[in-house]
Amino acid sequence: MTSAIANPLALIAELTHRCPLHCVYCSNPLELQARSVELSTVDWARVFQEAAALGVLQADFTGGEPLIRPDILELIRTARAAGLYVNLITSGLPLDESRLEALVQSGLDHFQLSFQGAREEIAQEISGTKAHSQKLRVLEWLKRHRVAVTLNFVIHRRNIDQLPEMLALAESSSASRVEFAHVQYYGWAFANRNSLLPTRDQLTYSIDFLKKAQERLAGKIKVEYVVPDYYAKYPKPCMGGWGRKLMLITPNGDALPCHAARVIPGLTFENVKNHSLREIWEVSGAFQKFRGEAWMQEPCKTCDRRALDFGGCRCQAFLLAGDAAATDPVCSLTPQRSKVDAILNEINFAGAGMAAPSAAPISAQHLTKPAWLYRPNPT
Amino acid sequence: MSVDLDSHPRLAPGCRMNEKTQQPRTLLMPERALRLNGPSLEIVERCDGKHTVRQIITELRQLYSKAAPAKVEQDILGYLALLQKERALDFEP
Repeated sequence: MTSAIANPLALIAELTHRCPLHCVYCSNPLELQARSVELSTVDWARVFQEAAALGVLQADFTGGEPLIRPDILELIRTARAAGLYVNLITSGLPLDESRLEALVQSGLDHFQLSFQGAREEIAQEISGTKAHSQKLRVLEWLKRHRVAVTLNFVIHRRNIDQLPEMLALAESSSASRVEFAHVQYYGWAFANRNSLLPTRDQLTYSIDFLKKAQERLAGKIKVEYVVPDYYAKYPKPCMGGWGRKLMLITPNGDALPCHAARVIPGLTFENVKNHSLREIWEVSGAFQKFRGEAWMQEPCKTCDRRALDFGGCRCQAFLLAGDAAATDPVCSLTPQRSKVDAILNEINFAGAGMAAPSAAPISAQHLTKPAWLYRPNPT
Repeated sequence: MSVDLDSHPRLAPGCRMNEKTQQPRTLLMPERALRLNGPSLEIVERCDGKHTVRQIITELRQLYSKAAPAKVEQDILGYLALLQKERALDFEP
């Protein structure tokens, strides 16, 4: 029975929830974990070995800010020694040139630098701190090191007009990839959703702009983009399907099928201190809960797309429809779609008439600063 | 994108094979992994910055001597172009 379950391919290691930034769309849960409960270096080393033995290929070091961990070099070394490919997703803040060199020397494969915008003002508004100029310094240092570089831009209503500047920044760097990901509405982003959702005009503009960028830069920089699924006709195959490809370990060692899974009531998450990763992956209740198709309701249950999108996102189904086993409400085939349309109507009505055809459309809300809910830094 | 026969393809930063002891042999890269076997493995193992594209073609024609030489060349160029699109290769002069 258990042997039929395909192994996970990636391990998302949330090394800490501590972070110098306070981004209004942070994917961490609203209840952040404190430093005192974080896993030790030895615990993580065992997790990496178990992950590799389970068939995991890549480890994503994220947070919070992973560079806050004083043992980050050792964590990279042990993950590499276990046979994993190591990605680091960072704000670039707790970094100087010699530490960057040490990261690369320790075996870091891929450096992902997150940006809040193309200019200091918006970056400061979104992250609640001054970080942009340091990121520009990190970009210069990265040119001197042999490591894959991706620039990660998170896109939303307040910064979408800066797309050309963001792309220019990527082109002037040593990045081989640039990601433009529209905010996904979970955690802090869900709380700030009405100030982040782009208008339909903005979305159309961004897709058009990024498609052209993709064609122009083919073979030089890989341009990837993620659209906001509220505007999609069909849901995203969230996490590649529940318990199918990914496993996330929180700072205290709880194993989750995704970043947001804690919002779903009734799920219990096992901890890596008490169980092996294989046991958690193959038999734990949380990973079994929405694996396969037995849990599906109509319209998913008899839908031809169920093997493509796995019913969409379970967390979003709970957040928007109040039922984690429902079809993801962004799907145009479910009656629950009306809830998403109501949210979009509100945004697009308020922004109506402000669109300029050739430049990035700017919504009315853009002109005044929203009352953001900032993510705090846990102790 | 066309491939220069005299250039030296080399795996781009952050793109590497898994360890020889790990099976199946896999090309690891940012956010992606490609399982390699047979000709694809033979090609990637030669993307070391020392072989030219032309040399890779010659060597694989010897390895796969039963295949039509034109087909071998076409397959190699197609595969290198695919890896370039993934930004897994740099072509050094």
